[in-house]
Amino acid sequence: MDSASSDRTASGQHLAPTVARSVKVLVVGAFGVGKTTLIGSVSEIEPLRTEERITTASVGIDPGQPNKDTTTVAMDFGRITVTEDIALYMFGTPGQRRFWDLWAGLADGAVGALVMIDTRHLEDSFEVLDQLELRTKIPFAVVVNQFPDSPAYPLERVRAALDLLPETPIVECDARDRQSAVLTLITLVEHAMTFPVFQKVNA
Amino acid sequence: MDTEEYRDHPVRSYVLTSGRAHPSRNTLRPETLVRAVESRPVLSTAGRMERELVQLCRGTLALAEVAAYLQLPVSLVAVMVSDLVDSGNLTIRSNHQAHVLPGKDILEKILDGLRKL
Repeated sequence: MDSASSDRTASGQHLAPTVARSVKVLVVGAFGVGKTTLIGSVSEIEPLRTEERITTASVGIDPGQPNKDTTTVAMDFGRITVTEDIALYMFGTPGQRRFWDLWAGLADGAVGALVMIDTRHLEDSFEVLDQLELRTKIPFAVVVNQFPDSPAYPLERVRAALDLLPETPIVECDARDRQSAVLTLITLVEHAMTFPVFQKVNA
Repeated sequence: MDTEEYRDHPVRSYVLTSGRAHPSRNTLRPETLVRAVESRPVLSTAGRMERELVQLCRGTLALAEVAAYLQLPVSLVAVMVSDLVDSGNLTIRSNHQAHVLPGKDILEKILDGLRKL
């Protein structure tokens, strides 16, 4: 019997046998904005990573030798067993919709998305927010990750700069701090509860 | 972390799935929970990777976790999991209907749980 798999999953990595349901939130944002840090602060397991390969066929100079570029896109994720029967998964992915589409169904069925923002690079967030507002109906909350050298902008100025809808929550966070990260999730779930699609009871 | 090198796999992905890119069911999501059916022996024709997958799932894991531990893409593991559900070796633990969003009652339970963290 091959024991490689038991070596890879240290004991205790399986969910409790009582867990019968999973929900997910996406953690989206530009590279280096702190997605994996936030996930790692609240996850009960060491954040895991999976990768998908994308092959982009470039215009062939020599038709006999198709020139293909392969790139990989990584998704880091973690989980929290929030009740004895529900596990919450947090999937961190680059913000652009074309990346979510790599992981079939990543946005489908999501409770919502945390959009992480670095105020030093606010312009990196515009595309992500456009995608979320125009292309999806999923609830999202904006998380301003505080870096030591972040300029201290009042949240209302950030809200105005990002042109957020008045009902969209925006919170400050220290992604390294567990309680701070938990608060972002609470903010998101509270916001999701105001959406009609989640009003139904389906236990 | 983003610069970590991609760990290539000695077996071409599609060999593991006999060339198929899509699973036999479309209800599998990265968060779908799966678990091995202990009483069901793995077919002798199953490959090493399938055996390893079933072995991993002696306890409940999400599809994405299985993919991470096997160091295979989620899309590929979805095909393998789907086959193993068809053969009776794996069972889907979660979300009877994958397209149904969690209801308000579920969100309330999640909030309660988060507030206790």
